[in-house]
Amino acid sequence: MQVAAEHLSRRSLKLMAIGTLAGLFSGLFGVGGGSVIVPLLVLWLGYDERAATATSLAAIVFIAGFAAAAQGLYGNVRLLDAVLVGVPAVGGVLIGAWLQQRLQARAIALLFAAVLVASAVELVLG
Amino acid sequence: MTGLIAIGVAAGIVAGLLGVGGGVLFVPGLVLFVGLDQHHAEATSLLAIVPVAIVGTYRHDRYGNVRRADALALGLMSLAGAAGGVALANALSGALLRDAFAALMVVVAAQLARRSLGRGGVAHPGVEDAVAEQQEVDQRQEPGGREVDHLGGEPER
Repeated sequence: MQVAAEHLSRRSLKLMAIGTLAGLFSGLFGVGGGSVIVPLLVLWLGYDERAATATSLAAIVFIAGFAAAAQGLYGNVRLLDAVLVGVPAVGGVLIGAWLQQRLQARAIALLFAAVLVASAVELVLG
Repeated sequence: MTGLIAIGVAAGIVAGLLGVGGGVLFVPGLVLFVGLDQHHAEATSLLAIVPVAIVGTYRHDRYGNVRRADALALGLMSLAGAAGGVALANALSGALLRDAFAALMVVVAAQLARRSLGRGGVAHPGVEDAVAEQQEVDQRQEPGGREVDHLGGEPER
């Protein structure tokens, strides 16, 4: 009983730590935080990748929502811009997932990695 | 307006195709193509992520992969961190924040390259912003579907 309680509280602490780290990452960078949550769920809580990915997505609804609200308090959120980007993106993701099963994604991934680096350089120098 | 929609669709397609997250694409898209400054781009990206994550969650939940209690706990316990992260972002100069974000992009690119070059795919899910990861799951879970990693390589594990 005591062991079970200890296990439970340790688990809660881990969840709290992951949630806090993901929130920090999300708030700082304007991203969802999945790149923090997924590996930590796997490493610390023994999740398989599928469950980690799915659970992370559900958590991100809250995390990105909280962080967006906090940014809203600073007056930084462009509401219309967010809707115009976010809603079409849903359609884009569905198309991408469909394409992904029909294309050789490896070469595209490499090409895209190059685009990311070029964009990073553009960001810094531009 | 057309530019914003194009960024959304293009980022969404890349996210769905490669398993790279929405935010890491929205932010540079908003800075480079719409001309938002780094703080506005990050804030706007956060809100844009929400509908994508909602739909992704719905798709995963159909397969029973979402552990709802944990997701709720993670989400609620992120509040302090999210507030802290946003406060930190707003305390930093746009230039510093932009450079840090550029570093994050390079890390994501390196992981993407490693994943696509690696044999059988290291396929580390940590590479991906989970916003876009659902296609991997869909693919593995499809009845009679082939088990391939999300870059179309050999089965992992």
